[in-house]
Amino acid sequence: MNAILTGGFADPSTQSAHAFRALLEAMARPGRILAVEGARPPAPLSVAAGVALLTLTDATTPLHLAGAADCEALRGWIGFHTGAPLVAAEQAQFAIGTWDALHPLGRFRIGEPSYPDRSATLIVEVDRLEPEGARLTGPGIETEARLSLPETAAFRANRALFPLGFDCILTCGARLAALPRSTIVEDA
Amino acid sequence: MTDQAYNFAYLDEQTKRMIRRALLKALAIPGYQVPFASREMPMPYGWGTGGVQVTAACLTPDDRLKVIDQGADDTTNAVSIRRFFQRTAGVATTERTTDATVIQTRHRIPEQPLAEGQILVYQVPIPEPLRFLEPRETETRKMHELEEYGLMHVKLYEDIARHGEIATAYAYPVRVEGRYVMDPSPIPKFDNPKLAGNPAIQLFGAGREARIYALPPYSDVVSLDFEDHPFTASKADHACDLCGSGSSYLDEVITDDRGTRMFVCSDTDFCAARQAQGHCGRLSPQGDAP
Repeated sequence: MNAILTGGFADPSTQSAHAFRALLEAMARPGRILAVEGARPPAPLSVAAGVALLTLTDATTPLHLAGAADCEALRGWIGFHTGAPLVAAEQAQFAIGTWDALHPLGRFRIGEPSYPDRSATLIVEVDRLEPEGARLTGPGIETEARLSLPETAAFRANRALFPLGFDCILTCGARLAALPRSTIVEDA
Repeated sequence: MTDQAYNFAYLDEQTKRMIRRALLKALAIPGYQVPFASREMPMPYGWGTGGVQVTAACLTPDDRLKVIDQGADDTTNAVSIRRFFQRTAGVATTERTTDATVIQTRHRIPEQPLAEGQILVYQVPIPEPLRFLEPRETETRKMHELEEYGLMHVKLYEDIARHGEIATAYAYPVRVEGRYVMDPSPIPKFDNPKLAGNPAIQLFGAGREARIYALPPYSDVVSLDFEDHPFTASKADHACDLCGSGSSYLDEVITDDRGTRMFVCSDTDFCAARQAQGHCGRLSPQGDAP
């Protein structure tokens, strides 16, 4: 029970402001890895994924828990701290889980041609987050960036849908990076 | 000192989350206008309520805020917005472009090149570049969906047919990353080249029209033009009368009722810094000349 009540922001307005600035920098500069702090969610969620949930989700954002993230402890924690309604992947504005658990990706909303912003944001828990591997180019990147991605084919397929598509926040421990739909991903 | 009657940066947390989600989608789809649930602010629409909401959603207590109105730090709009955030967020403020981490602007981009780590927040009156050509939102939305921007080129062509050149001097439309046509807010077209390849994050907020859009750093931003009538960034053909700069954007100031006029930098921080370095213009006090 205590695990559900604790682990949120102690000072929500300033902690979420700092967390959002990290998310803003990450989404503006794909591949940039930033450190965040302040959330202590129950296992299996990472600190960074918890921070992203506390900063971006609330009772107005349908959330999908994929795979191991769909556990009793986490349902309680999210319910108490954010109030986000838990839904199926097809209705989700946010989704959280490991890359494998989030598959098949075709379930997630990619927006509508006249409203491409009505798309899902996937919070992807990864084991490794390093500035190496796949080559990233596009808006927000001066020349190129490198990021250890779980794969490249799915991100290339997502880029081909532009301006539709989903956006990703990759989380690992207390660090995060983002990969918006606009980024061109190539194999290392 | 933060006014304890308000939450940090005035807005409640749920409102800030809503704006923050819109900002992230705006960065993911450069140039696309994301609808957001714009709030009533304690200032009238047209006084930068969109920019204020975006700034409020971005500010942290560690930020140093600069606010400019047509380039000036010392005009009513700039002073009142700066004081608003001093009071509700307790943030440090500055008039120096290089010292600021967040800059809210009305209708100018600072002369001093921006750097990584800075955020430029634009106040936008009419976010839809096609609005004066097509008043129906349902139609302009469809035009963006289909990349149907021919009407905008017809408008620029009619400018040339009528005036011999593209007469649009401010709010000059741009194409972002080869996809969305975007209104850069009513900045002079002199500032348009600074939109492209800028290391800072550029965020646009339109309060009355309830739209947010963004340019990620280093974005590809092209001012619309024709091969035989290429885009040119123009300014008054003078040097600043106070600092002598021949490269900055100038305001024309009428100084008496006999038509006497002077030209001064619209960017007050840029002009003051040059004067402090000893640069002189036509009307500088002669005793100070180096």
